Amino acid sequence: MSNQDIKTQIKTPHPASTEESTKSENSFSPLVDIFETTEAVTVIADIPGVIQENVEISLDDNILTIHGKMTGKQPEGRVVLEEYEIGHYMRKFTVAETIDREKIEASLAGGVLKVVLPKQVPAQPKKIEVKMG
Amino acid sequence: MPIIRFAERAPFRNPWTEFERIRQGLDELSKNYGDRSQKQDRSNVFPALNIYEQTDKLIVTAEIPGVSNQDLDISVEGETLTLTGKRDNALTKATPVSFHRREIEAGTFSRAVALPVKIDLDNLSARLVDGILTINLPKAAKATPRKIQILSE
Repeated sequence: MSNQDIKTQIKTPHPASTEESTKSENSFSPLVDIFETTEAVTVIADIPGVIQENVEISLDDNILTIHGKMTGKQPEGRVVLEEYEIGHYMRKFTVAETIDREKIEASLAGGVLKVVLPKQVPAQPKKIEVKMG
Repeated sequence: MPIIRFAERAPFRNPWTEFERIRQGLDELSKNYGDRSQKQDRSNVFPALNIYEQTDKLIVTAEIPGVSNQDLDISVEGETLTLTGKRDNALTKATPVSFHRREIEAGTFSRAVALPVKIDLDNLSARLVDGILTINLPKAAKATPRKIQILSE
């Protein structure tokens, strides 16, 4: 797995159809990995260039919003090659699992944001016996 | 109803101008397609680079989240800048997980770009902050523009 070549990591613009900012700033959908274990749902998002203070994560009802405000500027000078653009990051997910809100944790390292959403203690499956009437 | 007025056209037109008109149209068409394919080509390589030129140096930036200093190699040979490295999977092995989404790629990458000017190989510097790589490449003394004093008498 680790010997494969990374080919494309396309920065997709955040769909403006859902909401449009009044400022004409770029907004991208960060690429994410989301995986689930028995204890938690983990979201990993690539938000290069965003500093810790500018990351906003919220969980409203069951909508997880990740918002990273980009404050970095392009260097000055004549553009020789421009293969990517910079901008804010924004993405929303609907979380199906019941999450223990108190224990949500997030960390940022090297432009990678990791949000751990611990599941609520799973309810024991309840067996319902059908009585003969 | 459109009225076509043939009278406006010169009765004996040069037939070659018609060919010329078609050729121009085709040129335009191919140019448009060319632009589009160029845009797609952009993202076929990793990492994507931006290069800026200032009077005395070049600045190369790349977004490479999740790549550590140790896993990144930058070298300049002649006028070619080479970036190689690898990105580890964020997932710790052995834990059984079920993926909901898997968009981030892991693996090795290698990219070489030709620089437009000669570089002063002794004064290179690079920084990797928050997943953004910034490489400073000072131009060689020969390549920096020299100001010419204009004498007024």
